[in-house]
Amino acid sequence: MTMNHESEVAGLLTALPDVTQAELAALHERLVARADAGDLVDVAYRTIDSPVGPLLLAATPQGLLRVAYESEDHDQVLAALAEKVSPRILNAPRRLDPAARELDEYFAGARQRFDLPLDLSLSRGFRLTVLTHLPDIGYGQTASYGAVAALAGRPRAARAVGTACATNPLPVVVPCHRVIHADGKIGTYLGGPAVKRLLLGLEAAA
Amino acid sequence: MTGKQPFEAVVAEHGATVLRVCRAVLGPADADDAWSETFLAALRAYPELPADANVEAWLVTIAHRKAIDVTRAAARRAVPVGDAPERPAAQRADERDLDLQAALAALPRKQREAVAYHYLGGLPYTDVAAVIGGSTDAARRAAADGIARLRKTYAAATVGEGETR
Repeated sequence: MTMNHESEVAGLLTALPDVTQAELAALHERLVARADAGDLVDVAYRTIDSPVGPLLLAATPQGLLRVAYESEDHDQVLAALAEKVSPRILNAPRRLDPAARELDEYFAGARQRFDLPLDLSLSRGFRLTVLTHLPDIGYGQTASYGAVAALAGRPRAARAVGTACATNPLPVVVPCHRVIHADGKIGTYLGGPAVKRLLLGLEAAA
Repeated sequence: MTGKQPFEAVVAEHGATVLRVCRAVLGPADADDAWSETFLAALRAYPELPADANVEAWLVTIAHRKAIDVTRAAARRAVPVGDAPERPAAQRADERDLDLQAALAALPRKQREAVAYHYLGGLPYTDVAAVIGGSTDAARRAAADGIARLRKTYAAATVGEGETR
């Protein structure tokens, strides 16, 4: 059978009514609902718009697992979650509704604390310890890397605190943006220093 | 990337193809059910799928099984209306204007499956044979016979197309 024949037949079959995006979207929605009901969605995700650009939100049944800036490349973040957590990942927005709502409120200056179940399983060891202490830094406050190291029980581990912040899987919600240098310099941030400044400015203004 | 892609990407990449295949095999009315059952079963089994597997062939294989299930369920519900789909459609002039979907529906099941899995699902005939049973040659023959029959029942739309390629 020649290629010519193959493409000719393919041409014949293009006369079939084509599949529309709306039809696929409806089927996708139905799949998500049934998968959710069957506990088959290990990681649900959606994206939201925010003053710091589109944010990817991902959650397991345990809680919010990941918040990612666009600069982290959302496709790569999802690919990493497929490998580290489970490939059963679907764009299933409803599970993220509470997180999306609280983030909206936060960016509107109407929320100072996040009240969301978190899944911190992407972090281990001292990094995990650091993350659990970051919410101790109150809204509108800042703390130095060294002060956070002391909070986490290893006063000389300021550098490791920096690493923990740089690898925070839940930026904004777990407030690593409130950790700055002891001399007042803003320091680095996984979303970029401009985003860090914006978040601190938002909290100072509210 | 060495690992497996998120299932969402599988749906995005193959959702339309699987729907075309389901529609070709089952007709539009039952295709949605087969599509849903296919992707639900695929999601369930996805973590165990080898990372280097041919995802499209895997999905078409599942779709084939689900299409059979849907057909059986429909048969249990249906009131018998005679053997209309199996009559030789090409011998009746008024059926030359049937649209292609109807022409496909009028094919014997094996031919319809072979055409759908090879030409719409993109499976090579060895994979088509593995899905529908029988030899690779038989699968190739079933697809060729199906296409020949489609041409007869759907000749109007293809007039002049062969010469320009």
